[in-house]
Amino acid sequence: MIIACPFCGPRDLSEFTYCGDADNLAARPDPAATDQAAWNAYVYDRTNPAGEHAEIWQHSGGCRKFLRVVRSTVTHEIESAEMVGPKA
Amino acid sequence: MTSHRRPEGGSAIDRDDTVGFTVDGRQYFGLAGDTLAAALLANGVRVMGRSFKYHRPRGVVAIGVDEPNALFTVTTDGVREPNVRATEIEVFDGLAVESQNRWPSLDNDLMAVNQLGGKALAAGFYYKTFMGPVIGPLKGTRFWMMCEHVIRRAAGLGRPGTARDESRYERINAFCDLLVVGGGLAGLHTALEASEAGKRVIVCELEPRWGGGADGKKESEIRQIVDSLESKPDVTLLNRTTVWGWYDGNTLAATERITDHLRTAPEGAPRHRHWVIRTGHVALATGALERPIVFPGNDRPGVMLADAGHRYAETFGVLPGQHLTVLTNNDSAYQAAAALRHVGANIRAIIDVRPEIGAGAQRLADRAGGALKLGHAVVGTSGAKGLKTISVARYNHQTKSFSGGSEQIETDCLLVSGGWSPVVHLASQAGAQPIWDEALQAFLPPDPDKHWSVHGAAAGDLDFGHDLSPAPAPVFEIRHPGKAFVDFQHDVTADDVRLAHQEGFRSVEHLKRYTTLGMATDQGKTSNIAGLAIMADALKMPIPEVGTTRFRPPYTAASLGAIAAERYGDLFPHRLTPMHDWHTDHGARMYAAGHWERPESYNRTGETVEQAYVCEAKIVRQGVGLVDVSTLGKIDIAGPDAAEFLNRVYTNGFAKLPVNKARYGLMLREDGFAMDDGTTWRLAKNRFLMTTTTANAGKVMSHLELCLDVHWPDLRVHVTSVTDQWAGAAIAGPKSREVLASCVTGTAVDNDALPFMGIVHGTISGVPVMICRLSFSGELAYEVYCGAHHGTHVWEALMTAGKPFAIAPYGLEALGTLRIEKGHVTAAEIDGRTTARDLHLDWMLSSKKPFVGSAMMDREGLTDKSRWTLVGVVSRSGEKLHGGAHVVAGDRDEPGASLGHLTAMAFSPEMNAYVGLALIEDGESRIGQHLYAADPVRSQTHIPIEIVSHHMVDPKGERMHG
Repeated sequence: MIIACPFCGPRDLSEFTYCGDADNLAARPDPAATDQAAWNAYVYDRTNPAGEHAEIWQHSGGCRKFLRVVRSTVTHEIESAEMVGPKA
Repeated sequence: MTSHRRPEGGSAIDRDDTVGFTVDGRQYFGLAGDTLAAALLANGVRVMGRSFKYHRPRGVVAIGVDEPNALFTVTTDGVREPNVRATEIEVFDGLAVESQNRWPSLDNDLMAVNQLGGKALAAGFYYKTFMGPVIGPLKGTRFWMMCEHVIRRAAGLGRPGTARDESRYERINAFCDLLVVGGGLAGLHTALEASEAGKRVIVCELEPRWGGGADGKKESEIRQIVDSLESKPDVTLLNRTTVWGWYDGNTLAATERITDHLRTAPEGAPRHRHWVIRTGHVALATGALERPIVFPGNDRPGVMLADAGHRYAETFGVLPGQHLTVLTNNDSAYQAAAALRHVGANIRAIIDVRPEIGAGAQRLADRAGGALKLGHAVVGTSGAKGLKTISVARYNHQTKSFSGGSEQIETDCLLVSGGWSPVVHLASQAGAQPIWDEALQAFLPPDPDKHWSVHGAAAGDLDFGHDLSPAPAPVFEIRHPGKAFVDFQHDVTADDVRLAHQEGFRSVEHLKRYTTLGMATDQGKTSNIAGLAIMADALKMPIPEVGTTRFRPPYTAASLGAIAAERYGDLFPHRLTPMHDWHTDHGARMYAAGHWERPESYNRTGETVEQAYVCEAKIVRQGVGLVDVSTLGKIDIAGPDAAEFLNRVYTNGFAKLPVNKARYGLMLREDGFAMDDGTTWRLAKNRFLMTTTTANAGKVMSHLELCLDVHWPDLRVHVTSVTDQWAGAAIAGPKSREVLASCVTGTAVDNDALPFMGIVHGTISGVPVMICRLSFSGELAYEVYCGAHHGTHVWEALMTAGKPFAIAPYGLEALGTLRIEKGHVTAAEIDGRTTARDLHLDWMLSSKKPFVGSAMMDREGLTDKSRWTLVGVVSRSGEKLHGGAHVVAGDRDEPGASLGHLTAMAFSPEMNAYVGLALIEDGESRIGQHLYAADPVRSQTHIPIEIVSHHMVDPKGERMHG
C-alpha cells in the first residue's frame, strides 16, 4: 500500500501508523460533557464498513503529520490523503 | 543405455559444450543449455522420482514450472536445496543432485511396498487410522504423535540440510509504469508497445530463454523484439525471474535466480535477488499450461504431456521415447505428433476420445503417421519401471461407456493432452475471480480493470495454427478400474476424490484439505482442474458452480534467503545512552530495556547480580549513588498555549506551575485507564520539558501529536522529541546535596535555592547543566541534565566530586529495588489495565477541569471496590519471590483462584527481606493478610507472603523532602 503524503510524496505503508476512524475522531464529545452514552460511543463504537472508510494515519516515519486517508477496506485502494490539523 | 538425443535441432543447447553432472553420485553428461530433465531424458533415464505416499516410480511429465514428479535435491558445498524441479535445473559442469523419497535407490525403492497397501492409504488415511481412543494413554492425537516419526520417514519429499547457507542474497525495490509478467510473444509485444509509448517497463520471464511456448519458427521475431527492448534505457528485462506474488497497491514480488545455473558465480554476485516491484499497471502474459487426462496407470514413467514432448525435441533435441503414442481430447496434440514425426520419431498411434476431428487435425494426423483411433481411450498401462504397453478400448465420451475388447499397443512414451488452462494464478491472488469458459473447458481471468490487463494464451487466446480448434472435448477422466492419479505429487487418485465426496465433503475447499489435492509443492498446477471436474461429476453439478479455490502466493516456491536478503542476524535496534562506554568500562552488565541498553548492575569480580544490586541500593540509602536516566522520554513543549495543553492531557493541573518548578503528572487514555506518568518541568512561561517513562516515550509523543493535530488544532503548541538531545543522571542519597554543592557553580543548591521539585541552572566542570530536585528512589535526589555530547564529561565530574562521599554508580536493578520499597509505579503497573485509583494515584485527578480520560474514568466498572489494586508484599519465609507469580489464598494443595499477581520483586536491604509489588483484588482491605505467591510452572514455588502497604519505606517521604 502506498499513501501519497501531501508533504513527503507517495510513501510506503511501513512509514505510516494507523490512528483510527477519522469520522469517529472528529466526533469527540465536548470534554466537559459527561454524557456517558456519547463518550461510550466515541471510545468503543466503530462502524466496520466494507468499502470506503475515512481514517487517520500518522506519517510516523516521515513528517509525523496526521493525514485523513480515504481507503477502500475491500480493495485497499486509497482515494485521497489530506492533511489534518492547523492549516496555517 | 540408448541416447535419445537427435543428431540435429535443439534451440537451447550448445552441441560443442559437453558438461558432466552427477545424480546420487553417478556421473552423467549433458549439453550446455540442457535442463536436468532434458539431460536425463537424453541419457535414457525414465524414473526421476518416487511418489509421496506409495513410492511409485515416476518420470518427468512436463517441461517447466508445472512439473509434479521430477524433483531433486541440489547439493552445493554441503548446502541442500530440496524439491527443485528437474525441468528448472540448468545443468553445468560439476552440478550434483540427489534423488528423493527413495531407499536405498531411485531404481530399487523398498518403500514401494506401500503400494500393496493400496486402499488402506486412501484419502483421510491419517485421520482415520491415527485418531486414538477417547481415554487412556494413547487418547486423542498421542497415538498419531507416536507413529508420526515413522510415517514421516516413509512418506515425503526432499530433506533439507542443516549446513549454513553462505550464499549472499539481495533485495531490491523497483518502480515502473508497466510490469509484464511472462516473456513469451504476447508479453514481449506488449512490452515493446509500451516502451515505444515512453513508459518505464519491466519484463519478467521465469525461464532462461525468451519466447515462452512460442513455436520454434518464431525465433527470429523474438530475437528482434528482445534486441529492440534491450536497447531502450527505460526497459528492464529479467529472465530466470519468477513473479510469484501480487499484493495490494500493485506491489508484486519476484525472485531472480542469478547464479544457480553457473559453475562459478562472478565475485560478489548474489545467488537470488528478491524484487519488490511497484507498478502502475500489470500486463499478465503468463501463458497456459497443458493438462493431463486422468486414466488408470497414468503415472507410469513415459506418460508425458504432449506439448512437453514436443518441446523437449524442439528445445533440447531430445526425443521423449522411440515409439510414441498420443492420447488427446483436443487438436493441439496433433501438432506435437506431427512435429515429433518431423524430427524422426515413430508415432505408433493417436488415440482421440472424440469420435471425429476437423480437417486441420486430420491433415496433421496424416503427417504424423501411425494408427488414428478416434472414439477410443487409454484404459491401462503396463511396464515395471517405465511404460511398455498401453491398453486401448473403444470409448464414447458422452455416455462414458466402453465397448469391445481392449487392444495392446507397444509404446515407450504416451503423450497426453487434456486441453489447456490459462495461468490465472496471479490475477486470482489479486482478488479476481476466474470465470469458467465452456468452449475452452477452462477458467479464464475476468475482465481486467485499470490496474491490469491480460494478453495471449493467459487470456484464453489459444492459437494452435489455422484450422485447428482450441476447444477440447469435456473429458478430464477416463474412468476404468485401476489407480488413476489426479495429483501426482501428493498421490491423490480419482477414487480418493470420490471417496471424499462419499464421506460428505461437498465444498471444494474441504475436498482440497481432506485429500490434500493441490497442496503439494506444485500447488496442483497439473491437477486442480481435473480434481474439480471429478468432484463436480460426483456432485452432479456443473464445474463453475463447484468453484475454484483462490490462489495464494507464492506461485512457485520462493527462497527465504532472498526474502530475508541482508536483513538477518541481529537487526534489533540498540539505543545507547551518551554514557554507554563509561558503563561498560566500569563493569556494568548491560540489559536490553526496549530498544535501550541500560546498566543492570555494576558487578565486582565474583559478585552475583543480586549481591551487586543490594549493595548499590544500600549505598543510595546510606550515602550517595549515581544512575543514568538518559533513556527517559523527553519532549519539548513550547508555545503560548503550552500550559493549557498540559492541563488537557494531564489529570492534574499545570497552568499554575511556576517557572523553574517541576510537577509529577499522570496521563490517562480516552477510555479512562492510566497511560503514563512522569515529571514536567516549566522552563519558561511558554516552554516545558516533559519526561515520560522509557517504555512509553514513543506512545506519549504520538498521543500528544494526535491531540494537537486532530483534536485541538486551535492550540498554539509545538511538541518536539528531545530524548536524544539531553543526557541525564540522577544523583540520589542523603549525601547527594553535598556532592552537588562541591561541583556545581553558578547556582546554590541548598534547600532554599533548590527546594523539592525546584529547578536551577548552573555549570559542572564548565558544562551548562539543568538540575531538578526530584526523587524516584525516595531519597534526597536530583536529576542533572546536560547536552548529550557532554554526558560522559558531566557524569565523570559527578563521580569525581562524589569520591570523598564514596559515591557509586547504580543500575536498573538497584533503581527497581529503591522504587519498589517506595511503591512508585512503572510500566509494570501502568500496564493498560489499571486506573489511577488502582495505583493510589487518585489524588492526582483534578476535579476542576476536564482532561483526556476524565469523562470515562468514573464508569461503574472502573470504580468497583473489588478491582485489583496496588499493594506491597513481603516474603515471610525468606524465599525469593518471582515477578508474575499469582497471589492465592490457599496452600500448595488447595491454592484457590488467583487474586492477582506480582508485578515486581527485589531483595530489600532496608527491610532485610524479599519484597514485591502486586496488583490484587480488593487490595486495600487485604493489608495485613497472610497469603501465598504461587509460581507453579516456572520456579514451582509457593511462598507465604504478607500483604502490606505499597509504601514500604519512608511512607511519609521525609527523606526526599529533607
